[in-house]
Amino acid sequence: MNQPAASPLIELRGLTKTYGVGDAAFQALKGIDLTIQAGEFVAIMGPSGSGKSTLMNVLGCLDTPTAGSYHYQGIAVEALNTNERSLLRRYALGFVFQGFNLLARTSSLDNVELPLLYRGVSRQDRLAKAVAALTSVGLPTKLRSTPAELSGGQQQRVAIARAIVTEPSTLFADEPTGNLDSVTTGDVMELLTRLNLDRGITVLVVTHDDHVATFARRTVLIKDGLIESDVVRP
Amino acid sequence: MIWNALAIALREIGRNLTRAFLTVLGIFIGVAAIITMVTLGQGATLAVKAQISNLGNNLLTLRPGAGFGSRTASAGVPHFTEKDATIISEQIAGIAAAAPVRTASLSTIYLQNARLSAITGTTPVYFQINKWNLAEGRFFSEVDLRSGAAVCVIGNTVRTELFGSDNPVGVKIRIGKAACEVIGLLVPKGQAGMGDQDDTIIMPLSALQRRLIGKNSEHDINQISISAQDGVDGTALITEITSLMRQRRNLQPNQDNNFNIFDTRQIAETLGATTQLMTMLLAAVAGVSLLVGGIGIMNIMLVSVTERTREIGIRLAIGATAREVLLQFLVEAVTLSCVGGLAGIVLAFGLCAGLAKIIQVPFNFNLQINVIAFLFSAAVGVLFGYTPARRAARLNPIDALRHE
Repeated sequence: MNQPAASPLIELRGLTKTYGVGDAAFQALKGIDLTIQAGEFVAIMGPSGSGKSTLMNVLGCLDTPTAGSYHYQGIAVEALNTNERSLLRRYALGFVFQGFNLLARTSSLDNVELPLLYRGVSRQDRLAKAVAALTSVGLPTKLRSTPAELSGGQQQRVAIARAIVTEPSTLFADEPTGNLDSVTTGDVMELLTRLNLDRGITVLVVTHDDHVATFARRTVLIKDGLIESDVVRP
Repeated sequence: MIWNALAIALREIGRNLTRAFLTVLGIFIGVAAIITMVTLGQGATLAVKAQISNLGNNLLTLRPGAGFGSRTASAGVPHFTEKDATIISEQIAGIAAAAPVRTASLSTIYLQNARLSAITGTTPVYFQINKWNLAEGRFFSEVDLRSGAAVCVIGNTVRTELFGSDNPVGVKIRIGKAACEVIGLLVPKGQAGMGDQDDTIIMPLSALQRRLIGKNSEHDINQISISAQDGVDGTALITEITSLMRQRRNLQPNQDNNFNIFDTRQIAETLGATTQLMTMLLAAVAGVSLLVGGIGIMNIMLVSVTERTREIGIRLAIGATAREVLLQFLVEAVTLSCVGGLAGIVLAFGLCAGLAKIIQVPFNFNLQINVIAFLFSAAVGVLFGYTPARRAARLNPIDALRHE
């Protein structure tokens, strides 16, 4: 944050998002200005309905903003078409969801391999990378297990392995511990911290849990679609 | 990209075998049903047509009585004379041949085998008119007819019952009170609408009259078999024969015909139309079964649409493009539809071959109906497999992920 880079990783200017039209219109984001540098670990907090998940979805190119500008590594994201946004997700972004969103009846290995399949990685490389990713999240013995055979914490770790197997520059985690107990929450957050420190992956975590936010060095508080505070821990 | 989509699609099928099986099943049953019904229906039509054409080519039969059926074939109605047959063939253009026929039912004996047989006394042209072919020996000739030779040609049923599988040609059998030499064996025609055609003994009319039953009247001819020349209008011919016969019988304008003309071609057309109607009915039933199969496929697809929409959301979120996802779903749908369709064709082939043997109709592989059934079912499968996917892939990834 202190050293000015050529262009920041993420730069938002006056970003808004409106759902619905006319009288039913609801403005979830009312003008967000935010700059995030590569390598940061940011917690986005706020009460329910504050717009924090909407912000995350727009940042992750899962949703499109209504107005304002969004630059990712200097690329104007709002100008990209659907296909280009898919490719940006494929090559630069990783996602972890509250509900895990693993493919059902599909082994951990196949789930983790999936993003590599779309990248056109060879079969051997896919296997090696997927095993490495699952090992790094502590699941080297669960390669053949399907989501139904895994606990919530294990499923979330498979999801993290799937997100990092492509070595993304940014990892988005939307309430990653929302469905987990406190012990597993600690494990998952430590894993994310390690990825941030060891691999230099920028991590954005959306949460309403103060304990989860303590893992991040910077906390952005959203309220009613606007940034209320933006605090960096020393 | 195609190979990638194919690989992903095949994986996805492998993971969801139950869903894949149910999808395939609908197409499988639909295709098998429609092909089997149409093929067997057409086989039945062919069988009927073949039997009708065995009866004779452009065959007209002149019979006593006002109409077709036992109600009118009563005693007292005058029969025909040999001269009637001669005059019809001489005076009416478009007639190939006319044969007088005298029938009788007599006991026939060979060694210890005895049975009651239908005897036909006629002239040599009868064989051509009725399309009889020889398996062994010869037909009787004009010479045999003039001399009243005690010879006969027998049908296959008579041969089997009297001789078993032995060659009957040259053997003498007893018919009624006279001995008669078998000079020919007929090629079997099989069952027709009017019973076993092969249960027959054909001999010269003169021999039947002189040796077996005696000639007590000029009017002893039961019927006259007439064949028209190719391409001659049967209806016009019937009109001409009718007016000739009315004249020969001195019927007044206010008197009804006391004879009738039976046209096999008309019967063939009627029966042909009936069986065609049956085929169409069967095809309609089969079409309904294909529709039901299609609805089955649709249900499976719609039931899984929530899960599949989430799957699409996941794939989009991890970087698949909408095109790649759609290609995967298209490949899945096409693969399942083709597997079901091909399996249906194989089953239908087996069913048709087996059932055709059981109900004794010819089995002709009908390429057209196979192709139609396959394409239709594949179209249904692809439509219902692909359309929901297309809708889902157009959503924002986050909306697809949140789909409930």
